[in-house]
Parts: sequence; structure tokens; C-alpha cells
Amino acid sequence: METQESWIGRSIPRKEDPALLTGAARYMDDLSPVEGIRYAAILRSPHGHAEILKIDVSAAEAMPGVTGVVTGDDVARLSQPLANLFGLKMTYYPCARDRVRYYGEPVAVVVADNRYIAEDALDAISIEYRPLQAVVDPEDSTASSAPLLHEALASNVVHSRSFRYGEPETIFATAKHLTSIKTHYPRVASTPMETFGVIAHFQSAPDRYTVWSNFQGPFTMYPLMCAALKVPSPRVRLISPPASGGSFGIKQAIYPYIVLLAVASRKLGVPIKWTEDRLEHLAASSCASDRVVEMTGAFTKEGKLEAIAIKQLENVGAYLRPPEPAGLYRFHATLSGPYDVRHFTVENRAVVTNQMPSGLNRGYGGAQYCYPLERLMQRAAAELNIDPVELRRRNLIPTAAFPYECISGGLLESGDYQGALDLALRKFGIDEMRRMRDEARASGRLFGVGVACSVEAAGSNLAYVNLALTGEQRAGRLPKSGGSSTSSLTIDALGGIVVRIDGAPAGQGHETVVAQIVAEEIGVSPDDVTVMTELDTLRDSWSVSSGNYANRFSTTVVGAVGLAARAAATKLRRIAAPLLDVEPEAVVLRNGKAHASGGKNVAVSIRSLAAKSHWDTGGLPEGVSAGISETATMTQLGKDVDEQDRLRSAVTYSFQCDLAAVEVDRQTGSVNILKYVTVHDAGRLLNPQLADGQIWGGFAHGLGAAMLERVVYGRDGTLLSTTFVDYMCPTAVEIPPFEIGHVTSPSPNTLFGAKGLGDGCSMLTPAVIANALDDALGIPDLAPPFTPDRMWSLLSGLSPDADKGPRDSATRETTLPFADGGTVLKGGDELDLAAPPEQVWRLLFDVEAMQRILPGCKDLAETEPDHFAATIVIDIAGIGGEYVADIRIREKDEPRQATLVSNVSGRLGFGQGSATVTLSPLDDGARTRLAYRYEARVGGKVAGIGHRLLGSVVRVVLGEFFGALEEQIAAKPSGLLRRLRRRARLLAKAILSR
Amino acid sequence: MKRIAADEKTRVAFRLNGRPREGYAEPRMLLVDFIRHELGALGTHVGCEHGVCGACTVSIDGRIARSCLVYAVQIDDASVMTVEGLAVEGKLTALQSAFTRHHALQCGFCTAGILISTTMFLEQNPHPTEDAVRHMLSGHICRCTAYNGMVQAILEVANAASPSIVDTAGSVEG
Amino acid sequence: MKPVKFAYARPQELSELTELLHSEGEDARILAGGLSLGAMLNMRLVTPRLLVDINHVQTLQRTQNAAEYVQTGALVRQADALLSPEIARDVPLLRAALSHVGHFQTRSRGTLAGSIAHADPSAELPLALTVLGGAIELASRRRSRVVNADSFFLSPLRTVRRPDEVVTAIRWPRRRNDERFAFREFALRAGDYAVVAVACKARVAKGVVEDLRLGFAGVADTPILLDVSFACGERTGEGLADAISARTKALEPTADLHASRDYRRQLAAVLTKAALMDVFTPKLESVS
Repeated sequence: METQESWIGRSIPRKEDPALLTGAARYMDDLSPVEGIRYAAILRSPHGHAEILKIDVSAAEAMPGVTGVVTGDDVARLSQPLANLFGLKMTYYPCARDRVRYYGEPVAVVVADNRYIAEDALDAISIEYRPLQAVVDPEDSTASSAPLLHEALASNVVHSRSFRYGEPETIFATAKHLTSIKTHYPRVASTPMETFGVIAHFQSAPDRYTVWSNFQGPFTMYPLMCAALKVPSPRVRLISPPASGGSFGIKQAIYPYIVLLAVASRKLGVPIKWTEDRLEHLAASSCASDRVVEMTGAFTKEGKLEAIAIKQLENVGAYLRPPEPAGLYRFHATLSGPYDVRHFTVENRAVVTNQMPSGLNRGYGGAQYCYPLERLMQRAAAELNIDPVELRRRNLIPTAAFPYECISGGLLESGDYQGALDLALRKFGIDEMRRMRDEARASGRLFGVGVACSVEAAGSNLAYVNLALTGEQRAGRLPKSGGSSTSSLTIDALGGIVVRIDGAPAGQGHETVVAQIVAEEIGVSPDDVTVMTELDTLRDSWSVSSGNYANRFSTTVVGAVGLAARAAATKLRRIAAPLLDVEPEAVVLRNGKAHASGGKNVAVSIRSLAAKSHWDTGGLPEGVSAGISETATMTQLGKDVDEQDRLRSAVTYSFQCDLAAVEVDRQTGSVNILKYVTVHDAGRLLNPQLADGQIWGGFAHGLGAAMLERVVYGRDGTLLSTTFVDYMCPTAVEIPPFEIGHVTSPSPNTLFGAKGLGDGCSMLTPAVIANALDDALGIPDLAPPFTPDRMWSLLSGLSPDADKGPRDSATRETTLPFADGGTVLKGGDELDLAAPPEQVWRLLFDVEAMQRILPGCKDLAETEPDHFAATIVIDIAGIGGEYVADIRIREKDEPRQATLVSNVSGRLGFGQGSATVTLSPLDDGARTRLAYRYEARVGGKVAGIGHRLLGSVVRVVLGEFFGALEEQIAAKPSGLLRRLRRRARLLAKAILSR
Repeated sequence: MKRIAADEKTRVAFRLNGRPREGYAEPRMLLVDFIRHELGALGTHVGCEHGVCGACTVSIDGRIARSCLVYAVQIDDASVMTVEGLAVEGKLTALQSAFTRHHALQCGFCTAGILISTTMFLEQNPHPTEDAVRHMLSGHICRCTAYNGMVQAILEVANAASPSIVDTAGSVEG
Repeated sequence: MKPVKFAYARPQELSELTELLHSEGEDARILAGGLSLGAMLNMRLVTPRLLVDINHVQTLQRTQNAAEYVQTGALVRQADALLSPEIARDVPLLRAALSHVGHFQTRSRGTLAGSIAHADPSAELPLALTVLGGAIELASRRRSRVVNADSFFLSPLRTVRRPDEVVTAIRWPRRRNDERFAFREFALRAGDYAVVAVACKARVAKGVVEDLRLGFAGVADTPILLDVSFACGERTGEGLADAISARTKALEPTADLHASRDYRRQLAAVLTKAALMDVFTPKLESVS
């Protein structure tokens, strides 16, 4: 092979690809590492908030093929609650016991011979719930009147801390201009294509758990698992499979499931596999928190931002699941992002609500912070009548100012922010775009240009997690600044080079880059290097910071690899030196050989050096140990929080500047992204093609969050984005033109000068698009996702959340068919019946008659006066099943009016409703006009999946009911079809042209 | 008329990537579960089980299918192609090679289905426009790549009009 | 996400099929392409005792030409119909609608009849059939019948098909020489169900509307037609398009997660005008 230029920095094809392209790669669900595996399915709460009154698993346990059932009581008996950061009395087990707090929360685990049988058994478990009032909006949840989620706590606000840096009061008091904004960044989820998977295997003597899972760190979760399972380390052994189908941070949240399945394996005495399905994933894996932010910036009249007052309210969902509320603090060391600001006040709160617990998601805590900060800049530019690009330029940290220490402690070690901005403007063609904008506007079109900038932390350490604690709370504890990576490199007796890393990658191409680094350092080809990315906590080196998150790879993991490779190279040189008759320093490793530098044309292969190190240990130079096996650790820069609440929580910071041009269709509200440019200053690029791949991927996530995606709950806590039909990920058609540019300011803090770029656009794109829309529309109150109907509502002067609820609310009632934001259906109608009111009354409230007119009524009994128990079969196009109904008649005023209150529950969900029926005589009492108004709340699976059709379904059921009533009154059989057709006609009214 | 009781496991014999295979399945067993867990052909992946994401896409008698929405008992005597049937003796097809050249995959989980879709698509549309390629890809969800590398790879293969894609797919189908 | 246990039957003849439905139709689901049914089965929204796989009934595969209509057998796949030159020529509105139906990957197995029998109110094919004034052929053990599209759909996922019946074919009225068609759809992503779709069939002579049918998907419990009879005899043009489009205010759509009631109404108006301009403008007389 020819002498190569550096392997580092080249776009070589990925080592991972052949296995992935041919179906040979092995992911979590492909593994069967032990014999006798049984399969788990998890029963989940259909309620957002309810008490569990009774749970009966006996029928499920008795089913053939069922190994057993695990309930919350078993979990409580066999494990400890999962800890939270503050020691709050928030009992959090991975399986609910007496109360459920979010839709999808586990309530039981069935283990069976296969998943099919396990799901059959789920249907056989009967649970009685008492629904409780739910709260899903974070601001609502802070109110003293809000339903309390955790009875042992005084409030739903589970975290509150404030900070002050510099002299913010002085600055605000004298500021020439103040700009304020309030935003509510919604919940999104990165939804990796591979869902969670766990195989848990309990063995005794001593008690220990071996777990295969696609957990990918951070391994700070490991101590939590040991504590929950009540065994010392290393008796929880975690093993990750060779391939991972994506994580984007989400798989951090698998650890409670690991505990749950471990407990199940212990109770049932078999190894258990659980592969999460997509409905489970969308309901109860994890997602980014939603965050309400109020920001006020103090500006000079030239637009220099001098101080920011920040109030943040983080919705962490039903439990404060570690590392939350750390998302609030990931940006804390760099509170002003890429801008030079020295004065801040920060008030942070985290609140629990009846939503799934939040956690890591691509760009952890980033989008929630970049969005308000960049919206603040946009609004300030508009208010001060300064060009938004120029406003950034005046505030960006000047190139000469690096290294720049932020007032809250972050160290921006290098960069050329102005240069990156310039490049972005050039690539974007800012003048041309503005010309197009002016032309478009002149012809009445809605065209806007947006800009936004951010810094991106890489190689985070644990200090920011600690910042959630007060100085007092921290005082008694071990300081935390942990951030390291360990890698080992061995060369066997045949010359085979194997590298192990603790990075637990999820598709980013780490094998390839590691091989490039090793190839560079020891003078071989990347093809000669085997990289093991599987991690086994019992065999491999790992630390609390191990894993795949926070751009840790390009900063820390490659550092460890580089150090291990350099150690191996040093050893190879020492072995080669006497053979080449030169000093070790004069040995050059290149093209698989050790060469003597300085003109001597001699070389010895690395393979034979390795062989010698194993076969001829007596012939090694003095002081050289046998074999080649080098383990090295890269210790990150960083420090724990100091007394002034300053912290250095990342190794390096890259910079990003994005520009977008958008046009909004006035008629449909569609947002067309005409051009999008992103420029990154991420230091040295280790593999430019893979770097761009990361940027593209981050953009797709940012675009999804900006345009389509949102985790949506009804006000009653029912999840509405339950499927991939309603949680809308972008497809290839929705990806707009996108261009990438690079500026490379190497980082002095990393071994190869690399920084991070994996989060990138996932944090910034929603802000850029919002700024462009603001430019196009002049509407300051913008909340993603910018879907056509929301944009059209804004254009029409309607609030996109019009029918109710707080502005910019993440719980998007407006577009729901339901009156008060939950899955509530309201309606009514009237019909004329050919019988006097007294007769109608009797038919309505007589047991036998009721039985006849109640749709699908199997049996009905009056358990006490005006209180009925019924079994009804609701079947709409085969969807439905048997439901138990409890019906009470209230406010009876015979024969004029009565209210029926009912509770219905069954396999597909539940409903609560009331209907008021009024009878008025017509034709001197010979006939009756029956009017009814109903309000029904429908929840559970059928509401979550079928909300699009729910209103129609309720109307059909009511249609059947009143059709049957008419039939009884007419006392003649009447065709169901004719009745239903009549209903359909009524509904479609005059618009039908038949 | 073939009739199988709900509890009955019936023999399903078919061709998988050109080779005769058989196994036993009860009527409700999804094709993807059958080929993965009964036959051990693990290259096809499960992403959503409601027919949206496309990860489990296979070809059945030359027709593309979501294998999470097909039952194993339906494919008796059929010829099924999965990602394992593309490369012959380790030699990647032109499409597979283009995927790696253009960094069209990251985690690779969705890739199996996309390769099958694209192979079938290019048989029907040897010279598609970029727009047509994107619309074809819209039947798949990828969360890593933003689809850019895939579009470039597919267009490159189409422009090269390499017959190997069609030939490979065709021979495997036999 | 695994279905409940069900038995499986695979009739080869229509007589076997109808016999089976006669005895067990109440608890059975008919499996053709399986795209919508499979998802509902996996979610256990439907729990049939029996799945009747009709894919091997040869007589349901045929497409036949009658004088007034093209008759597509129950197993004609969407992909095949989309590629069929006969359909493009004889039923251009179906061809136009099909390009919005699902994806390359779903059209390959999905059938025309399956989509119609499924009766999703946002689906394209029930709309196209309704606007064309087509019909559905149904067969049971005892008899066959033909139901017009405008009385076939009852409410979401419900039709007049009885449990002992199977849809054997769809009748797509053949295009007359003087007819023009348009199909306009707004969906949030490529291949998604329509938020709103509009289909239009018109006869225009010398700039005057002689006949006009206009229908919608996504705005009611079924595909519906708008009464636009007032347009007959009127001159084509933007004015008329606006006047007709204004009639969409009478629609009473329901909201869902992705589109409010008002927004659906707005889309109906916008798409109506676009569709009308398509048919009013001779060079765009058929939208493909």
C-alpha cells in the first residue's frame, strides 16, 4: 500500500456497513444468549391519573403457556424504589402499585412462552381503577389547586433553584431597552427505529443479575439499578449487543425497565426477554421535557445584550427520573450561548405532571433553551430596528476573546464565530435571499428569513447534574466532575489488532473512526483494526460517565483510543528499535511496518513485532513486557460546581449558525422551507462524511420538531400521539434543501482537536424556522410545531390554541374535537317520537325496556332504585368488545327530564358520561319531542389510537340507542340500516345532494 | 379450501431468498416473527407493527409487503426475498455499495426494508427522478440520516443503469 | 402488538367464500391486502374468530370492461391500477386519486376494493368512487347485489355490507368524452391520509357547465357530495369557482389532532377552487 496521508480527517467507508447492509448485524431482539428464555408483555395504565383499587391476575396466571405475572406488589417486595437526585419522597417503582400517574405506566408484567400468549394474558388481567383528576400542563400543575401527584410531597413543584451572576439588578435598572418573551417548547421524542429491549437473567448463589439490553449510558444509571435491585456491584452485569438501532439519548430511560425485568426474572426463575413495541415506546419510554421559559434581555440601544433574566419551568412528567432535572442545567455553564453576556438571574423550577417521565433526547435540554434565547434575539432585533444578523454579530464572542470564560463557568476554548457567521451568510446568499423576500412581499407573499446561533457542548461531565443541588445539599456529598473514557488495544500473536471502547454507539460510525485513529497512530490500515463496541460491565473497563451521549465520542472516547494506540505504538517502536538498529524514537510506523527513519531502508512488519512480543518474550528489550495490551484512560477537563454556582461541565464547545428562508401559503398555512444553511465550527473533523451524516440527522430531528412532531396529551392525561400515524416523523419528501458548511477551529482540549456536532440542528432548527416565520408574518407568539393548521390559525387571527387553554400550550386542545381539551365529546340532538311523554318515559327508564334499547345490552339489573349494572357489547365495525356499565339516573322529574350518569369500562378503554334527556309533549301530548345533550369522556387505548374517529363512534352508538327507542315506540321491527342511514343523513344535513 | 384452527400450528413451506424453507406457525403469527424467530433470518427488523415505518419490508412473489401485516400462513408456496437475499456470496449489489459510499445508513435498523423497497422500485422504474425516489422512500421512516445519502445513492445507481441490481434481485426471486 | 388468536380460511372459489361467510361471517374479517386490517389486528382493536383470506379466489382478480363502467375485481391491487393504461384512459379520476393513496410499499398489496370496504372517511378511493357515481358489487351465498357508492358508506369504517357478504368488484363509471376530472388533496406528509381531499367531475361545453359533481374526503363521517347544482348552466371561470367554493362553508367537519374544524373547512374551500380551476381550464382537463 502506498504511503497514506493522515487517516484522521478522511471520509473512509464505514466498517459497520457490510454487516448492516446484508442483514448480518445483530441487534438486541436478535439475541438469544441463554437457554430457556421466556417473553414478557407489560400491562399499562389506560388512565393519566387513577387509583388502583383492585388487581386480579389469577385468570392470566392460569392460562396455558403463562409462566407467571409480576405486579407492583412483587416489585415493591423485591426491589427498592428508584432514587431521585434530591432524596424526595416520591416513591418511584418501575411498576405502579396503588396509583398510576401517566398513560402507559406499567401496572403488571406477564411472562409467557411467547409474546403472543403474554399479550393474551394481559387481556385476562382485571384491574379496577378510580380515575383521579389529571394535570398535564406544567403551569397548571404549579397551582395549589392542582391535583397532587405524589401524596408525600407538598407540591408538584419538585425542584426550585435560583442563581445570580454579575450585577443583573444594576444592568436592568439602567438598561436602554428591555425585550421579553415567553415560550413553551413542546415535548418531542427522537423515536429510534429500534425500540427498547431487555433480556434479564437472575441467578442465585450469589444473587446476581445478568442483563442484555440496548441501554447506552450514561452509566451513572448503573448505581441506581444496583440500589434498586439491592445487590452490590458487580452483581448487576450489563451487556450491550453489537448493533444498536439508534438511541438519540432516549435509551438512557431503559433502566427502570431493566429493574422491572430483573425483578420478574427473580420472581419467576427464568430468563426473560422484553422487546418494547411501538405503542409502548410512544407512550412510556421517554421524551424531551417541555419547558415554559420567560426571558427578559437588557439591551443597549445599539443592540448589545448585557443581561438576561431567565425563568424556566420544566415539565419532567410523572416522576423525577434521574438524571432529570439535569436538562435544566445542560446549558447553564453557557447561559448566553455564543454571546458575550456577563449578568444573569436564573429561576429554575421543575414540576411533575401526568405525562410520561422525560429524559435524554438528542440535544438534551438544548432546544428548550436555544428556542427562547434565539427568539429573544429575534424580537430584540425587531424592537430595536436592527438587522437580526447584525444584532448577532454585535453580540457574538469575538474571535480574539478565546478562550472565553462564561460568567457561569463554561469555558469556550476556541472558535471563530464571526467567521462561521460570514460563511453561513455567503452560503445562504443573504443578499439574494433578501432580494427574493422583497420581491415576494411586493407581490403580497409571506416570505421570511431567519437566523439563529448556538454553542454545542461536548464531553459533558457530571457537574451540571449536581448543579440542581444547592450548595448546602452538595456540601455533604462527593463532589462530581466525573468525565472519562477508557479504551484498550491489544495486538495478538498473529498481529490481529483489537480495540475496545466504552462508547456504546448507536449507529454513528464509531468503529470506523476508532479504526482510523488507531490506523493513524500505529501505521496500519483501518481494515486491519477490529473494534469491539459491545460493552460488558463485568469484562470491560467502564466508568460512571461511560456511554453514548453528550458528544462524548469525538472528545473523550477518541482521546482514550488515541492514548491507548500511542502506548501500543511506543511499545512497537521499542521492540522494533534493536531489530532496525536505531533508537525507538527513530522508528516510524507506516503501512503496517516499522521503518527506521533517517535513510536506512530497513523495515520489519508490525505483525512480526507483535509475534515477537508473544513468542519471544525473552528476546524483548530490557523493560518491555510481553504481549501488546494497552489500556488508557482519557480524563476530561472539568470541575464541580463551586460556591458561586459556577461550573465547567463540558470539555469543549462548538459553534453553529443556521439560516433559513421560508414562505408561508396564506391559504393553507403550509410552510415551505426554500433554503436552509447550517455552518458548524466543530474543530477538526475526524471523518467529514460521518460528521455531515450527524449534521443531517440532527437536522431531521430539528425539522421534525419544528414542523410535525409533538407528544400530545389530552387534558385528562390521555396520550393522543400514540402511533406513527399521529406522531409524525418526517419522511424523505418533507426534507427541504439543506446545505452544510464548516469552519474548523481545533479544540486545544481534545487529543485530536475535535469538538462535538451530534446535537446541532436538533437544538437550533425550531428556533431558526420560528425566526424566519416571525420575519415573514410579524407574529411574535410562535410555538412549534409549525403545522399548516396552526399557521393558518395564526394567519386568520385565531390563536392556534383557540378553543382553550394557555397560550403556546403543549397540550394542544384547540384542534381536538373535544370541548375542554381532554378527550371529551359533547353533543346533542332532538327527535320526535310517536308516543306520549309518559310512554316514552317508561321506555327510557324501565329495566326491560332499557335492556332492549341499550345498544348491545347483554344483561342489565337494577341494583338499587335508579342504579343499574349492565354488560354491553359495543361493536363499531368489529372494534369494541364487552363493557361493564354502571348507570345512575339523577335529577328525575317524571315525565319531563332526567340525567343519566354512566361509567363504562372494558378492554379497549373506558368512558364516563352524562346525558340529560328532556321530553316535551307535541300535538297535545300525543307525541313527544325528545331532546338530549350529552357529554362523554373517553379514555384508554381506543381514545389514544382512535381519537380521529371517536366523535363519529359516539354518534353511532347514540344513533343506535335512539333508533332502538324509536323502534320500541313504533313497536315494529325496523331495519338497522335504514336507521343508520337516517342518522347519517341527519348529520350530513343539507349538504348532501342525493 | 385450506382451513387452520386458531390453535393449530400448520406447516408453512416456501422459498426464502431462493432456498426452500419450512416451519410451523399458527394463523396469527406475523410473517416477520416467523422469518425472524422460527427461521432465524434476523436481517428483517420490526419497527412499528402497524405498517407505517417500513423496517420490516420484504418482497413476496415479487410484490413488496410490510411483513408485520402479513401472516406466515399466507405465504405457503410463495417466494420471499429479504435483505439477506441481496448480496450474493458476500458481494454487495450496486445499490448496497452505493449506500455505503453515500453514507445512506447510520444505525442500519431501517436499512433492510429500504434496500428491498428500492431494489423492487428500480426494477419498475429504472430511471426515476429525485422526486419519485423521495416519494418511494416516504414509505419508510429513518431517524438517523434525513434520507439524503439514500437519495444520492439511489440516483447514482439509477443513472449508472447498472443491470446488476435487476439481475441480482431477479435471480434471487427465482 | 400481536393479534388475538383467530382461525384462518383460504377459499379458492367464490362459492366457498360466500358459504363460509354465510355460516361464520359475523365473527370473521375478510383479508385482502391487509394494510388497514393488519394494523387493527396487531393493536387488538379488532378481535375476529376467523380471518378469511380471499387472495386466492381467482375470479376476484379480474378487471373487466363493461359498456358503462370498468369493473375491478376485489383483488385488483392499487399499484396495478395505478400503472394500468386502461384505468388512466377510462377512469382518469381513479388514476388521479391513486397517486395519493399510501405509498409504493402499501399500494403493492392494498386493493381498490379493500380501501372502499374499509370506509375510512379520509381515504381517497371511496371519495373517487362516490364522485364518479360508481357502485359496489356484493355477493352472499344467496344473491348478489349492486350498491351505489352514495348509499354504501354509513359512518367511519361502516358500510351497508352485511357480515355474510363480500365485496366482489367495484364499478368505476367509464369516462365520457366530454367529461373532465380533478383530484386535489392536502395531506401533512407524503402518503398520509388526506386532511381534506376534493374530487370533481364536470362536463363543460363552450365555457358553460353542463354537469358538475364535487365531493370531499376528510370533512364528514363518509365521503360526501356538495350540492352544486346551481352551477349548471353557469359560465366557467374564477367567479364561478369562488361561488362554488363558498358553498363549502356549509360543511361541518370534525377536528382531530392535526386539523381543526375551521381549518378543514378552509382547506375544503381552497381545494375546491383549485379543483374547479383544473376542470374549467381545458389544458388541465384531467389531473394526473
